[in-house]
Amino acid sequence: MKITVDEDKCCGAGQCALIAPEVFDQRDEDGVVVLLDAAPGEEHHGAVRESAQVCPAAAITVDEDA
Amino acid sequence: MSASPRVVVVGASAAGLATVEALRRKGHAGAVTVVGAEPYGPYDRPPLSKQVLAGAWPPERTRLRTPEVLDGLGAEWVLGDPATALDPLSRTVATASGRAVVGDAVVVATGARPRTLPGQERLKGVHVLRTLDDAAALRADLLDGARSGRGRLVVVGEGVLGAEAAATARGLGLDTTLVGPQRVPMEAQLGPLVGGLLADLHRTEGVRLRLGTAVAGIADSGSGRVRGVLLDTGEELPADTVLVAVGARPETDWLEGSGLEVSDGLVCDAHCRAAEGVYAVGDVARWHHEGLGRSLRLENRTNAVEQAGAVAGAVLGDERPYAPVPYLWTDQFGAKIQIHGLPSASAEAEVVEGAPGDGRFVVRFRRGNRTEGVLGWNMPKQARQWRREVSDAFAPPPPVPGSPVAG
Ligand SMILES: Cc1cc2nc3c(=O)[nH]c(=O)nc-3n(C[C@H](O)[C@H](O)[C@H](O)COP(=O)(O)OP(=O)(O)OC[C@H]3O[C@@H](n4cnc5c(N)ncnc54)[C@H](O)[C@@H]3O)c2cc1C
Ligand code: SF4
Repeated sequence: MKITVDEDKCCGAGQCALIAPEVFDQRDEDGVVVLLDAAPGEEHHGAVRESAQVCPAAAITVDEDA
Repeated sequence: MSASPRVVVVGASAAGLATVEALRRKGHAGAVTVVGAEPYGPYDRPPLSKQVLAGAWPPERTRLRTPEVLDGLGAEWVLGDPATALDPLSRTVATASGRAVVGDAVVVATGARPRTLPGQERLKGVHVLRTLDDAAALRADLLDGARSGRGRLVVVGEGVLGAEAAATARGLGLDTTLVGPQRVPMEAQLGPLVGGLLADLHRTEGVRLRLGTAVAGIADSGSGRVRGVLLDTGEELPADTVLVAVGARPETDWLEGSGLEVSDGLVCDAHCRAAEGVYAVGDVARWHHEGLGRSLRLENRTNAVEQAGAVAGAVLGDERPYAPVPYLWTDQFGAKIQIHGLPSASAEAEVVEGAPGDGRFVVRFRRGNRTEGVLGWNMPKQARQWRREVSDAFAPPPPVPGSPVAG
């Protein structure tokens, strides 16, 4: 699994950091998403998929095959 | 209900899409049909009053999923064909083109439509802002006005949408006036402290505020175009373009005659169920929030998705009540504002981090020792950290031993 985030789209909602705190964080100054781990282990895949679908800005893309 | 119930989702926007995705994520492999009134696939509304109105994004960028991702969901999309009736007993949805779609479960995700002022539909230059088409029409009028020196915009409604659209329009250089009955923008929602700071921000950026005055109507130029906005005081504010942002009404007209209870939204239980096999999600849903002990209807983007998760769960037999901490954000000029919980105008508001003078702070809203909400102003991460206090206030009573844990 490979994750990419579009910082430009991110509205700093922080849903991702609530759901998958090991994979996503937010910048202190403006809340924009920080990708902590672009290729996280199996155990995080469920939470990452959920983050991508829940992200209100559709800023997280998950490539399952990579 | 079978393990793979046939599901019909009515409404192809944020909540409808999220329902389909949540069903698939939870392992549902049965047939899903999505019926949508608009001709477009799911797109995102928050950018309409922000990046799209400002021209920073082309409209296509609001598309929520690529065609490949939509295809991958394996649902049937019936677009441009509004549902006209629902029979809850047979769970049959009738559409304008004459289709009858039957499911084991029907999910109502028809959102809301803007409220309007009497007579506004007949006048050129008067807009609402809900859809991609609305945003395109408003933007075209504003650009046209700015070019031809007819750039006076009056925004009617000082709630979140009105305040935000006024900020965006001002950013485009328009002569912008914000009118409404409250003393400061968003006062009913956020109280005088934050509302006052919003008023300062708008004034500093050059928006004219005509607040504390109700609007009596819209004045006609005589040639079918708007001439101005009439105030309760008898005064007329001249306008070339008017945006009416006076709230939204849940889209339940098509449910008339279904026998389902409608009262400012489709009324549901704690599991977002309106009747056996009928559910509601998103802006249209009024459900019982067990943590608050009362019914609630939310108009925000995060709720559309979170509630979809709960509804998909309920369709598949998960008995957890839906009891979220509401969350809303808005961008106005440079301020990115995030609101967790449900602050109210009369709550005790206190700055608990940062300082308004620095343009970065967190406000906590309390009533007694209960934290109703927190608001971050250019402090999203910190606001999220304060959210914990809010969560306690929204938590449902602990589940009965032996039943699944809420979470
Ligand atoms: C301009 C604007 C800015 C916003 N900004 C923010 C923001 O900054 N933050 C935030 O949290 N929220 C914001 N919101 C609110 C957010 O967009 C909504 O809460 C969200 O779109 C709700 O999703 P929904 O799917 O429930 O309803 P909608 O998005 O309203 O979708 C309902 C869909 O159902 C369709 N429909 C209606 N009737 C029928 C029918 N009879 N048959 C079939 N289909 C039907 C409609 O055409 C529509 O496509 C904003 C909304 C607007 C309009
Ligand atoms: S959920 Fe989406 S919008 Fe929110 S912080 Fe994460 S990436 Fe950004």
